[in-house]
Amino acid sequence: MANHALGAPHVSGPQPTEKTLVVVETSAQSAPLVQVGGNEWPDRVFSWTMLLCGLSVLAIVALIIVELVTKSNLSWHAFGWRFFVQSDWDPVNDQYGALPFVYGTIVSSVLALVLAVPLAIGVAVFITEMCPRWLKGPLAFTTELLAAIPSVIYGLWAIFVLVPLLREYVQPWLAKYWGWTGLFEGPPYGIGMLAAGIILAIMVVPIVSSMTREVMTAVPQQQREAVLALGATRWEMIRVGVLRNARAGILGGIILGLGRALGETMAVTMVIGNRPEIAKSLFAPGYTMASVIANEFSEATGDVYLSALVEVGLALFLVTIIVNILAQFLVWSVTRGTPARANG
Amino acid sequence: MGVGIKVEHLNAWFGKTQALHDINIAIASNHCTAVIGPSGCGKSTFVRCLNRMHETIPDAKAAGKVEIGEMDVYNGTSAVSIRRRIGMVFQKPNPFPTMSIYDNVASGLKLNGFRDRKRTDEIVERSLKYAALWEEVKDTMHKKSGAGLSGGQQQRLCIARALAVEPQVLLMDEPCSALDPISTGKIEELIFQLKEKFTIVIVTHNMQQASRVAEFTGFFLLGKLIEFDKTEKIFTTPSDKRTEDYITGRFG
Repeated sequence: MANHALGAPHVSGPQPTEKTLVVVETSAQSAPLVQVGGNEWPDRVFSWTMLLCGLSVLAIVALIIVELVTKSNLSWHAFGWRFFVQSDWDPVNDQYGALPFVYGTIVSSVLALVLAVPLAIGVAVFITEMCPRWLKGPLAFTTELLAAIPSVIYGLWAIFVLVPLLREYVQPWLAKYWGWTGLFEGPPYGIGMLAAGIILAIMVVPIVSSMTREVMTAVPQQQREAVLALGATRWEMIRVGVLRNARAGILGGIILGLGRALGETMAVTMVIGNRPEIAKSLFAPGYTMASVIANEFSEATGDVYLSALVEVGLALFLVTIIVNILAQFLVWSVTRGTPARANG
Repeated sequence: MGVGIKVEHLNAWFGKTQALHDINIAIASNHCTAVIGPSGCGKSTFVRCLNRMHETIPDAKAAGKVEIGEMDVYNGTSAVSIRRRIGMVFQKPNPFPTMSIYDNVASGLKLNGFRDRKRTDEIVERSLKYAALWEEVKDTMHKKSGAGLSGGQQQRLCIARALAVEPQVLLMDEPCSALDPISTGKIEELIFQLKEKFTIVIVTHNMQQASRVAEFTGFFLLGKLIEFDKTEKIFTTPSDKRTEDYITGRFG
């Protein structure tokens, strides 16, 4: 190769150049700078260690499932599928039905999403599309900060601020004008399903909004320009050019938020009222799967009682896993290189 | 029918950097006018000033007088209504990936509040025919996403989308720079036919392309319009030394 490059000048050029080159080549052959083969054991240790790390995650999940299944066996044999459709939870007579908890978990979470999703998307749209530059950083940071506050703090805040507010102002107003729907009936305690839904909504907003913000930022600028050039207003541009392209990712964010709402324990336990009943009114107290485990585990005396609580835990675990798998699928379908990205 | 464009004392800035200096130009209706010049000379900025897309970039602003037909672009007309009457095709094909081909073409009509199904069908067909894409997509246009087409087809889809709202002017910002020679040829052929109905302004890096498709050519350098004349004149006997240097490949 070197001879080739020197081809033209080397006809008239000095002989030594060629000689030196030859010397370099032979010396390289006799003593290679980098040894091929040789010591491979550090690499083996490394790969085994990493394999162990990876497997440990699987082992932990497997152990949790085994524990939940074996410990709930007693209750499963006693009640079977009835466990999930019966609504009396009576530790005195050893009768357990988990329906009020399943109901409470699902209703409080769905209520949280209904309140949180529009707000979260609004926050994301404002931050990515309309916010003055100086406000962008602080606002995004504050939204993230909401996710970092411990849930017991949310619970305290809810008890001292949110619940009195609901009791004094919001619930009387709702009962007066929306009481006919049946959703806002009964005495306004403050504490109850509505309070739980609102506090969950506040905790879910940062998750949904940061996910939404990320997918919106990933939408290529050309998409926005394409819509604008067709004569769209700013809102039309955001709707057609941005939200529409980001919808799968936004859905993923919503499901991650739902996962958080389903599993949240502390803040909900502090405000939901903890009564295992199914009531249509959102003013009524309720109970969730996570709350009942946290509240009653330490005082569960009988074997069947304990086993029933573990079965509630198993149910919650399964619901959360299903939701997360769904979210992974959605997020994957976004990042896999949807046309939106291929265009960018 | 297309309309003419008159530009007087147009200046544009990105923040504090001035991108266009006092541009004066009169663009003839129903002709194709090419804008050439080296990268960063302001040719894209110039075209984007015509439909006020320039100001959608943060900190960018423009000032001067631009008249398109009877519209006074920078005085008394909203940017939205101007863009509705001026179509634009971008450097990179940018169809809406979440919409079918049909919906892509119909998107401009929908944005303008046009709801008549039957008329929409007609307009979509006509626009796809204008863009020479009808034969290739007529069977799949309701099912296939706009992003499922090849690059050249995507760009023709974008042209169809721009034409569907019956603009008076079609602005093309380097429409062929991301395309292969065959697709480029198709688009150039298209420009030839579209001239009958629209006024076309095309930004191009490719001087052969300018000489093939345009009757008039403007040469930009460092944010200034150096020379504007008939295309043959620019490419054979330019009156400015800088134009000559550029077209003979001495720089840029």
